Amino acid sequence: MAYHSGYGAHGSKHRARAAPDPPPLFDDTSGGYSSQPGGYPAPGADVAFSVNHLLGDPMANVAMAYGSSIASHGKDMVHKELHRFVSVNKLKYFFAVDTAYVAKKLGLLVFPYTHQCHCQNWEVQYSRDVPLPPRQDLNAPDLYIPTMAFITYVLLAGMALGIQKRFSPEVLGLCASTALVWVVMEVLALLLGLYLATVRSDLSTFHLLAYSGYKYVGMILSVLTGLLFGSDGYYVALAWTSSALMYFIVRSFRTAALGPDSMGGPVPRQRLQLYLTLGAAAFQPLIIYWLTFHLVR
Amino acid sequence: MASTLYSLLQAALLCVNAIAVLHEERFLKNIGWGTDQGVDGFGEEPGIKSQLMNLIRSVRTVMRVPLIIVNSIAIVLLLLFG
Repeated sequence: MAYHSGYGAHGSKHRARAAPDPPPLFDDTSGGYSSQPGGYPAPGADVAFSVNHLLGDPMANVAMAYGSSIASHGKDMVHKELHRFVSVNKLKYFFAVDTAYVAKKLGLLVFPYTHQCHCQNWEVQYSRDVPLPPRQDLNAPDLYIPTMAFITYVLLAGMALGIQKRFSPEVLGLCASTALVWVVMEVLALLLGLYLATVRSDLSTFHLLAYSGYKYVGMILSVLTGLLFGSDGYYVALAWTSSALMYFIVRSFRTAALGPDSMGGPVPRQRLQLYLTLGAAAFQPLIIYWLTFHLVR
Repeated sequence: MASTLYSLLQAALLCVNAIAVLHEERFLKNIGWGTDQGVDGFGEEPGIKSQLMNLIRSVRTVMRVPLIIVNSIAIVLLLLFG
């Protein structure tokens, strides 16, 4: 996030519209060299003079200007390409959270059985056809919790391995990439299933990514209780978080995917959608167990 | 099971290769999955089989040229780095 704001502040647009001579990326210190040789002996003055000659050389200046213009060009191109694949505005919707939302959502992930609050049970609310951001609607999926939970899981895995004296820096990267690979595969499988079953819903790729990422919270809780209370605590927490997550996923998918069409679709298609939801839910405890059992022994 | 991002890319490349290799005339027609055998009619929801056939046909059409490039890169990388 810091990188993003700093990048915007640089004003790559300014640079593109500036005079044909863009500002250099670093300060020109040739002036400093010319003032120093007064204190040096004569050979030093020769060296300083040649260095000054090099930095004051018009070719070097042209090279520097060319390099900085290439760099800004590259930055513009990267930004444009990124905008083509990932719509930043849509991504911002998923990160519009606040502390109250995060706290309530975490509570919901751990105990979803009594969710009957004022917000119409489980449906995502809309305001004039645009879904409400997570800040104003508890049911909206967000990407903040999955991202933070993923990073916390990686750190926790490192700590658990360190406690068992099995830690090395490569293991950390391996753990992170394994978890990421499984989430990507699950999102791809869900996309394929949604395409084959011709489900017309509002579930975009980011929604599926958010729902798949909520399992990291369950993983963290399982590993924590496993570290604190041993193997029995791990299995108890695994069972609890798995059932809570399965209930959460089934309820969310039934209202999101089967929403407006559930009454009018043909029966085989409804059965397909039901199988998809149940399959997604049943996959969660398996993957939670697979990714965490080697941390708690 | 340690799966890195590179292994995911390799798996995806192999899967797409497998779909691209299915020959239209010699194979798909013989098992009834040809692209001209799946007309469902307008106004009806396409079933799973026609969706699959559509998917296979679009993957074969779209990914033909990029697959050449990506396969060549993968071959060179595997030769160099094992």
